[in-house]
Amino acid sequence: MLEGRTHAAGDIVLETVGLTKIFGGLTAVNSIDLKVHKGEILSLIGPNGAGKTTVFNVVTGIYRPEFGQVFFRGERITGKKPHQIVSYGIARTFQNIRLFPDMTCRENVMAGRHCRSTSGLLSSIFRTPRQRAEEDMIRETTEKRLRQVKLWKSRDELAKNIPYGSQRMLEIARALASDPKLLVLDEPSSGLNPRETQDLMAFLRGIIHEEDLTILLIEHDMNMVMGISDWVVVMDGGRKIAEGIPEDIYADQRVIEAYLGKEDEDSTEYDIPAEH
Amino acid sequence: MHVILEQIINGLTIGSFYALIALGYSMVYGVLKLINFAHGDFFTLGSYLGYTVLVFGAAFMTAHFGLWGALIAALVFAGVSLAIVGLIVERVAYRPVYPAGRLPAVVSALGASIFLQNTIMVGWGPRFQAYPATLIPNVHIQLGSIHLTLLQIMILLLSFALMGTLYYIVQKTTFGAAIRATAHDRKTASLMGININKVILFVFTLGPALGAVTGIMVGMYYRQISFTMGWNYGLKAFTASVLGGIGNIPGAMLGGLILGVLEMLGAAYISAAWKDVFVFIILILVLIFRPTGILGEKTAEKV
Amino acid sequence: MELTPLNGIEKLASSRQLHIALATAAFLIYPFLVSDYFIDIAFYFGIYTLLGLSLNIVLGEVGLFDLGHAGFYAIGAYTTAILNTKFGIPILVLLPLSALAAAFFAYVVCSPVIHLQGDYLLIVTLGMGEIVRLALINNPFDLTGGPNGVFGIDFPSLGPWLVIDSSLEYYFLIWIIVGLTILGLTRLQDSRIGRAWNYIREDETAANANGIDSRSYKLLAFVLGAALAGVAGNVYASKLMCVSPESFTFWESCLMFCIVLIGGMGSIPGVILGAAFISLFPEIFRPFAMYRMLVFGSAMILMMMFRPGGVWPRKRGAVKYESLLEGTGRTDA
Ligand SMILES: Nc1ncnc2c1ncn2[C@@H]1O[C@H](COP(=O)(O)OP(=O)(O)OP(=O)(O)O)[C@@H](O)[C@H]1O
Ligand SMILES: [Mg+2]
Repeated sequence: MLEGRTHAAGDIVLETVGLTKIFGGLTAVNSIDLKVHKGEILSLIGPNGAGKTTVFNVVTGIYRPEFGQVFFRGERITGKKPHQIVSYGIARTFQNIRLFPDMTCRENVMAGRHCRSTSGLLSSIFRTPRQRAEEDMIRETTEKRLRQVKLWKSRDELAKNIPYGSQRMLEIARALASDPKLLVLDEPSSGLNPRETQDLMAFLRGIIHEEDLTILLIEHDMNMVMGISDWVVVMDGGRKIAEGIPEDIYADQRVIEAYLGKEDEDSTEYDIPAEH
Repeated sequence: MHVILEQIINGLTIGSFYALIALGYSMVYGVLKLINFAHGDFFTLGSYLGYTVLVFGAAFMTAHFGLWGALIAALVFAGVSLAIVGLIVERVAYRPVYPAGRLPAVVSALGASIFLQNTIMVGWGPRFQAYPATLIPNVHIQLGSIHLTLLQIMILLLSFALMGTLYYIVQKTTFGAAIRATAHDRKTASLMGININKVILFVFTLGPALGAVTGIMVGMYYRQISFTMGWNYGLKAFTASVLGGIGNIPGAMLGGLILGVLEMLGAAYISAAWKDVFVFIILILVLIFRPTGILGEKTAEKV
Repeated sequence: MELTPLNGIEKLASSRQLHIALATAAFLIYPFLVSDYFIDIAFYFGIYTLLGLSLNIVLGEVGLFDLGHAGFYAIGAYTTAILNTKFGIPILVLLPLSALAAAFFAYVVCSPVIHLQGDYLLIVTLGMGEIVRLALINNPFDLTGGPNGVFGIDFPSLGPWLVIDSSLEYYFLIWIIVGLTILGLTRLQDSRIGRAWNYIREDETAANANGIDSRSYKLLAFVLGAALAGVAGNVYASKLMCVSPESFTFWESCLMFCIVLIGGMGSIPGVILGAAFISLFPEIFRPFAMYRMLVFGSAMILMMMFRPGGVWPRKRGAVKYESLLEGTGRTDA
């Protein structure tokens, strides 16, 4: 069921081979092979506890995998530290928004520029011309990203004081500020209302169109998954159980079972799209 | 060989002081994640109250209840008083500050410590006070090649009895389970219907009371008390509770005993002057390799 | 926006520059109005401000619980004391050397423990502070003079032209150092280094995920904080002409901790207020004799009850940022 993948001809941006992560006795991620092609939006779906977030955490260096490798644009990045991985060009957001709550929106987005700037202690104390030029660059990109997510007006507000939906967008802006090649979003639409979700989809379609970007996302909202993904990978119990184009996945018996087969799971997570 | 045994027994004696004080730190920390810097001063205040009972009330009480009666009266009086003081401090200095987070509570706790310490200084004067020397018959006991005093045996017995009781309460009773649950995860515990206020009440009465009893034992063991001694003992005891795994009650006892024994062994085999340095280095090493202490559970943050 | 004259005056009156100008003027005039005793009080206020600023980097900016900061202060003071009395190295030469010594010490001892979280780091730093103090008492290699300390430390001088030996001169020395430190730290706050520190304090995982190597930045904070504490130690040692372990107790570390929290984490004006409280309060309340520390303790509790965030917390977003892109045709939103 690999046919129909629009970007299959493009370079592989991210590849995991046999990725395995074990917590104590629990194999949260079990030999996962993923291939993310340049320019596509790949959605990782699966019921709660399937191991999706753990895949992200291993890819972004927060956890070290027990087995398997992660390659980014052909380079092996397995076991690298999170801060190193960002500079390679992978930026992420978190399932439970993790902003810097007592800092302004502007400062939050500036964080994304950290890995793209170099001024040290002394040049910052003495305000060398290079340092000032670099600060201006940081400010410019920050402004651009804030405007992109329509939060420029809130730039001087504390991140904790803006509405929830804006916080999600701010986190995306922060990730984008590092000019990533791969944007990794963990349930970006969770907690958003249908309208905001629509805006988010439009936004993601927009940036992937305009920029040299690839998106890997975890989503529970089936409307969004169906509406935006080029490719869908389904996980259950740490394993990959299916992958394909959204339409095929939607009809796949194994996927339906994974979601609905278990009585104890919270089946409301699986929102049936209205028109389909 | 007998030197090392004797040092171990001496170590257990002071270790049980540390352990009993450490319990106070650890219980409060477990429930509130607050380092109760005033706890060392609870211990001092208990010691002074016991001193007053023993020195000024001794004639009256020995006449009525005998020597042991006087001693028990001192322990009970100091214990109860400190339980009350502990509650008051919790109400006045800590409760209003909790909502603001942990760091303001540190300052508040230091403020409470300064306040208590200086209350003691104003009340009893800045000089050392001497515990009555003839309280407990100065009986020496020879166990094989090991030399012990009656006082030491009594201290060990009382300490272990107290620790045993507390261990029983915490590990075996329903209320103990509530305390452990609260220490593990306060939010969930309160959702499960555990009365957190009752737990707070418990740790803030029992901790200071144990401290007060320890204060009297220290007074009798070393004969000399000062209004600043709470800092030193508090520091050691706090170290002990971290060594054992702060928030963990058996850990505090174990940490205290280990600290006492290490200190005495360090004094005997390395150098008396460097014993505290030795203790702190061990502590740091333990934390480097086991960042949550000996019995503390590892908590991995889920991202 | 049109700038009417009135508008301009208001702007000036509320501006930071004016506050700074007024404060500077007050500091320049003050010592000429009072006796040496009060100049000395202001000197110690300066020392505590410097110590508060140094701990503020670690505790306030990065949120690392450091309760052993007096150890770094001690390393600075003893470096000065020993090298000056044993080898006659001038105090002013020792000023950067003391900073380096304290910084180096911080680097060596903090490297292995920097990964510890919250209260575990607190107890380790506390332990290190105690180890330093106990080591000084034990007089290793006959260097530190044991409990009595080291005597006969010189005053700072540069040949015959610059001699700092009166209360007034020490007052200026410390406050000039404080002033420069504030300038440097203010600039750091508004740089990628200062922001990185704050990101770590706010959420270390998110900071890492945004490319901040939290380990290096935490170490940097410790090293810089220690260096400043070392400078404070140098000036203190030469002012007192002697140093002893008593000046570097756990209590001293607690005071620094309180300075930062009373003022407000990461707030430079806050540190000055906190230092004023810690150093001036006991002086002002001297008439209360025995009771003054009771008042002091209660005041700390009350302060945390009513201003848990500190007296002068850092206000973020107070400075409004103007657009850099407007009018460049690159504002597509
Ligand atoms: N740090 C950790 N320590 C121990 N177990 C963990 C840790 N992180 C995740 N797990 C476990 O691994 C499994 C997979 O978790 P993960 O968060 O990856 O699921 P998920 O697919 O993202 O689920 P959800 O849709 O609820 O976000 C779960 O059983 C979880 O409890
Ligand atoms: Mg998840």
